[in-house]
Parts: sequence; structure tokens; C-alpha cells
Amino acid sequence: MNQNSDFPNWLPLLVNKLVELINHTFHTSIALDWTALAPVTLVVWAVIVFSLIALVAQVAVIFLVLMERKILAWLTQRKGPNRVGPWGALQTLADGVKLLFKEDIVPEGANKFLFMMAPAVFFLPAFVFFGLIPFTDKLLAVSLPAGALFVFAISSISVLGLVLAGWASNNKYSLLGGMRSAAQAISYEIPLVMAVLATVLFSGSMNIADIVRAQQGPFWNWYGILLTPLSLLIFFISSLAEVNRVPFDLPEAESELVSGYNTEYTGMKFALFFLAEYAALFAMSGLTVAFFVGGYYSPFGTFLIDLLTPHHETLTGVMSSVYQFGIQCEMLFWFMLKTYLFIFLAMWVRGTLPRLKPDQLMGFSWKFLIPLSIINVFAVAVEKYVMVSDGRSVLTMVPILSIQNNNIGSWFAWIVGVSVVFMAFFMLMSDMLTKKLKARLARR
Amino acid sequence: MSTLQIPGVYTEQGLKTEDLVVNIGPQHPSTHGVLRLITTLNGEVVKDMVPVIGYLHRSKEKMAESRSYFQYQPTIDRVEYLSSFFDHSVFVSGIESIAKLKVPKRVKYIRMITMELNRISSHLLWFGTFLLDLGATSTLFYAFREREEIFKLFEDLTGARMMYNYYRFGGVNADLPVGWIEQCREFVQSFPAKIDEYETIVTKNPIFLDRTVGIGLLDFDTCMRYGVTGPSIRATGIPMDLRKDAPYLCYDEVKFDVPVGTHGDVFDRYLVRMAEMRESVKIILQCLDQIPGGDTANVIAKTKEVEAAKEAAKAAGEDPKAVPGVDPDWLSVGQKINLLTYKPPAGEVYHVCESPRGMLGCHMISDGTAKAYRVKWRGASFSNLSVLPELMIGKLYPDLMAIFGSLDVILPEVDR
Repeated sequence: MNQNSDFPNWLPLLVNKLVELINHTFHTSIALDWTALAPVTLVVWAVIVFSLIALVAQVAVIFLVLMERKILAWLTQRKGPNRVGPWGALQTLADGVKLLFKEDIVPEGANKFLFMMAPAVFFLPAFVFFGLIPFTDKLLAVSLPAGALFVFAISSISVLGLVLAGWASNNKYSLLGGMRSAAQAISYEIPLVMAVLATVLFSGSMNIADIVRAQQGPFWNWYGILLTPLSLLIFFISSLAEVNRVPFDLPEAESELVSGYNTEYTGMKFALFFLAEYAALFAMSGLTVAFFVGGYYSPFGTFLIDLLTPHHETLTGVMSSVYQFGIQCEMLFWFMLKTYLFIFLAMWVRGTLPRLKPDQLMGFSWKFLIPLSIINVFAVAVEKYVMVSDGRSVLTMVPILSIQNNNIGSWFAWIVGVSVVFMAFFMLMSDMLTKKLKARLARR
Repeated sequence: MSTLQIPGVYTEQGLKTEDLVVNIGPQHPSTHGVLRLITTLNGEVVKDMVPVIGYLHRSKEKMAESRSYFQYQPTIDRVEYLSSFFDHSVFVSGIESIAKLKVPKRVKYIRMITMELNRISSHLLWFGTFLLDLGATSTLFYAFREREEIFKLFEDLTGARMMYNYYRFGGVNADLPVGWIEQCREFVQSFPAKIDEYETIVTKNPIFLDRTVGIGLLDFDTCMRYGVTGPSIRATGIPMDLRKDAPYLCYDEVKFDVPVGTHGDVFDRYLVRMAEMRESVKIILQCLDQIPGGDTANVIAKTKEVEAAKEAAKAAGEDPKAVPGVDPDWLSVGQKINLLTYKPPAGEVYHVCESPRGMLGCHMISDGTAKAYRVKWRGASFSNLSVLPELMIGKLYPDLMAIFGSLDVILPEVDR
């Protein structure tokens, strides 16, 4: 992008001073080249993209509510919403309009200011997420050097909203729900960050855009598929807890706490909680995809693009722009597909599993997930030291070389080998699980 | 060591902790009706629990004294609305034994079939809501899918899905519809596969095991002290089942096992109920094979045959009464009595049966008039509920849903 010389240069200087200060304070060196971008471009681009993304996210979230109801209906042999609009597509809008017209009740004895603030405190962080997720390589509002850290700092704030709601409602069920959510968030953020640490180790950057860029290529280059599937598993489980989904939906456990922290909320305040939950689910799935499943990259590498447009290097002028736009659309498609896959997984889990107890929830995190994630970080460090050269794992070099040399035999051998290792792993796991269940039944 | 006291700043000594008293219910998603539990919580640990009942009291026992036996019958359905065939069976058998009415065998078999089907439907509802209390939503819909099949059978038979009012003194309201036996057999034969389906999704689920294994341990002594019966006592390893111990109707003519547990925890109560559904399937299949007269079409054909034979005998100038009639065991409406003004002789009887929730009893005193002098119900849920505080004290609050759900309490039966 062009240097805009008309613009006063105090802003980049200020930012540079700030970055210097941060570097000095934390003894780190955040590589940041803010001066390369014109500040006005930077800010305007960020604002435009974020507004666009927030708008799209709003629609996506509204769609998610319908999707969840349809999927649960499908899992439980029902039809789901099918009266408002085609396939019940407008059902969520109708529900939203209904909530708008509901009376806004503030319970007696509630702290009115905090009661009003809580939904906002819960709602805002869920949407800040969207500014940090790289939907494509261009469609990214803010590319923060420490984005991976910033995301989890923000997600901790949303828990504050739940605790506030629980405290300010002057309701015992709400209070219990708020307390549970605080305990839960503290426990599950640790494995969440530890799992991301693995990808940070591989990519050598905390910038989410850089982490995605480091996974460029077909699916064997993605961190969560071959290099550290365990990190992906830990991250997915912890993110379910982070966004209060089944089986970790204790803060709003309906059979115990009636509705938990949002028991006393009505109308739009309730709608904010409701929307923010789905927004957080969407954002967490997006982050899972960005960190572990190759972000916006196609699982087939450039294979499909090469097949469809073999001579794209020769394109010029408008056609080149059209081609670039097509590439962006393709990236967005893959990103959304993968994100919705993880959202579907979360909904599937919701349709299947019962809820944990608080002590089991804590035990699972502190006794199992956190030790596992620490071991995982060490394992990843060793893996990076031993097996990775030129940013590519030895595991992934085999298929690349064999495809380059047209050696289909070794490619198949690699596929078979990897499948055998995975199957052995899963059989071992299921064997362990069976033994654990038997021991549990015998221990009574 | 003295601590520095700064005004407005709490030191550790100054901090007070308080127990939280939570009124769970009477309106609460998992109290299955209007039960109120005054619960003292210390964090998530239950320190004390006092159940308050009576929100659903409709004076069912007093109602019996102000209306005739037949008029009272429809209100029995509302005592335990999930398995009302059992309440009817106890009430009707009581009158039959006071009045020494002879009940045809076909009626007894119809009652057994309907009661076992009702046991399955009741256990299915328990299964769905129990898992719902634990946080799993899908199983409810799976259970209701099969429950709907049973309700269709009941609707064909009695015209109602839940409030049947089908049994009569010495008989049933009407014979089975033509082809009902085949429909019933079809459903019952397909049902064990459905139980397998439920067990696949639930029984080995690690989270389900974590929530249920070793929770809410009941032993035989506690059961005896509180009068706990039904699957809850069988889960402790005691094969107490009135169908085996004191066979009523024709339960001595069918073969079935009494499933028992080993430890008496929530998981065992779950296993016992699942096994009981399989046993009920066995009983129904045997009943469908053994029922005197078989399908109703068969009975109708036989009746017509007898009538034709009598006509022929009359035409031939012989005594039509000499022609053997339909086997009395094949009849479905036993005594031709005027139900509205029926007066059983004076007498007193206490009748019990094994309902899905345990021992269901009805103590009835008749003074020879058309109205009962006194009717007293013994609801299994009442005794089963009374053991809840003892099981809950010292446990975590979420265990309440597992333990209370596993006792399978139904509030209308507690309050009556």
C-alpha cells in the first residue's frame, strides 16, 4: 500500500513509542512495521472490515440459532421450526421481535446499574473476537502481533459479564450460576491457552494471521491434523467449556439452576445473552479453524484452483482483479465450511451428552486436561526440534516429495502408515476407556 | 499476633460466611410437579433438606366417600396419571374380592397386558426425564417415540391416551378391538431393539457413569425404615416383587425374572428399570400367546357359531340350553351388573399390586351402601420421596437431580 505523505506522522511515532515501551517492559521483541502502512488506510480499513464482519456475524449468529434447533430436531427425530418463512428461516427473527416487545423487568433488590451492564459486558467481547479472526488473508480487521494472547484476554472479560449478571440479579440460582461460570472460566482457560501454545511454537508467531499463513498448503500442513491432533482435541474441549456448551453448561444448567445467570433477565437483555452465546460459539469455532485447521486454506492446496484456472498468471487488468476476488471467495468458503463443521460438532455433542457436575468439571480440567496440555507442549517442542525442517514436518514432507516425483506408491504407503498409527492410537484410547469404565463400576 | 485494623477493610477474621437457603420449587424444572425442597446449601454442598408436600392435594380419598364406586372410578386415573391402570386394578380387585365376583380369565389377561404395557410407558417417561435432569436432551424424544406407540395401542383399546377408566367390577369396559393383539405383538417384538438403542447411548457413557455410579446409595435397612419399594429396593439386591411374592391376576402362569441390582446406587436403579422393561416384554408376549380365546375375531366367530347351534337346536325341537355355550373364560365383560347403583356387601379389604414405582395399595371399607365408607391409598411415591433428605445431606447440589430422578417420584401420587 502507498505511503500517504499528507497525513501527519505523529500517530505511527506514538505507536512505535508504545511498542518500544512494551518491548522494553516485557523484554520481548514484537516485530511490527506499522510505518509501512499509512495510518489512515490502517484505521479506515480496520473500521470498514470490522463493521462488515460484525454485520455478517450478526446474521450468521441469527442463523446459528435456527441451525441449532434444526440439528437438534434432526437428532431427535422431530421437524424443528418450519412455520415462519421457508424451512422456518425467519423463526429467529420472529423470536427476536417477540423479545423486543417484552416487558423489561428489573427484579426487586437488584443492583440496577450492574444488572443493566452485565449483558453488555458479556455481549461486547464476543463481537471483538470477530475483528481478530482472519476470514481470508485480506478480510481481517486487525492483525495484532500478540493476537493469540489478546483473544483469550478478551474472552476472560465475557466471564465477568456472567458473574455480574449472577450477582446483580438478587437471585440465588443466578448467584450459583455466576459463581460456577467464574470457576469454570478460570479452570478451562489454562488448557485453552496451552493448546494454542503448540501452534505458536510451530509457527513462531503470536499473530493469528501469521499462524494461519504458516499452515499454507493442503491438509497435511495444518497443525491440528497431523502435527498436533492432541492440541486440537484439548482446544475443542476447552472451547466448549469456555462458551458454556453441553456438557459444560453448568452456569445455566436448566434442571438445577432453572436458567442460571440469566434467570431474571427478560426482553432484549435476555436476547443479548442469547446472541452473545452463539456469537462466542461461532468465534471459538473460527479460532479453532484458524489455529489448527488451516484457516482459510483449501484442504486440496492449490489443486482445485490450478484445475479451474490453469493460466491465471497470464491474466491482466480486470480479469486479474476478478481472479483475485474469486480467490478471496474461495478462501471465505473454506473458512466458513470448516467453522460450521466445528459448530455442528458442538451441536452434535449437545444432542448426545449429559451434563457434568461442578466437582467433576474442575477435576477434569485440573487433573486431566492441564497436565495433558503441559505434556503436550513439551511433546510439541520435541517434535519441532526433531522432525521439522524448513517449517515443514518430516511427516508432511513424504507426501509432498512423493507427489512431486509422481511416486503414487510411496504416497499410498504414507496414507496407510498414518492411518495405521491413528487407528492404533484410537484402539488404545478405547481400550483405556473401557478399562477405566470397568474400574469405575468395580470401585463402588 | 495482632492484625492492623484499617477502617473499611475486612480482615480474614471479620469475614462471615453464611449458608444459602434455597427454596427449590414448588415451580422448578426438575421437581416433576409441585414439590418444594427447602435446601440449605454451603457452596454446592447440601447441608439440610426438608421436602414440603401438599401442593397437589385434591382430596382423592375423601372424594370416594361422596360418590358411588363407579362415579369415583374416573378420578382414580388422576392419582397416578402415568400408570393409572395399576390404580384401577387395585381398586377394582378390592371391590371384586369384597363382593366375591368371579373374574373371567380373559379379563385377567387383558389386565396383565395393559398393566405391563403401562409399566413400560411409565418407565420410558422416567428414562427420558431422568436423562433430561442429568442434562441429556435427546433421550427424552427417543423414549417418547416408543411411548407414543403404546399410547396408540391404549387409545385403540380404551379411547383415551392417559386417563383410561377401562376396568370394570368383574370385567373390562369392552373387549379388545379386532386385530389389537397382532398390533400389540408387533410393537412388543420390536421394542427390545429400541431398549438396546437407549442403552447404547446411555449405559456406557462416561459422563452418565460419573453422575450415577456410587451416588445415592440405599441399603436394605434404610429401605425398610422408610418403606421404600419397587425398583429402588430391588436395586439394593432384594428381589421384592409382589408379582412373584404374592401373585395376583395370572402372574403365576407366566415366566419372568425379577431383575435386582447389587449396590443400590442410582446406576443400579437405572439398570433395574431398563431390565424390567425387558421382563415386561417377556410377560406381554406370553400373555398374548396364552390369552383365552385369542384374538377378538376368534371370540366373535365362536359366539356366532354357538348362537347358530342354538338356533339349529331350537329348530330341531331340542333344548337350546343343552348346547354348550362359549367358555366363560373367554368373556371380557364378566358380571352383568348395573354399575351406577352397584352396592357391594359390607366388608373391608386391603389390596396391593406392584406398580412401576413400588407397592401400590388401596384400603377400602364398604358398609353395604353404594358409596365407600373409607378409601385409603398407599402411594409408593410417598414412601420413596421420604428417603430423599437422608440420601441428599452431605451431597452436592447437582446430585439432587440424579438421586431425586432415580427415585421416580410422581407428585400427584404423593399428595393424592
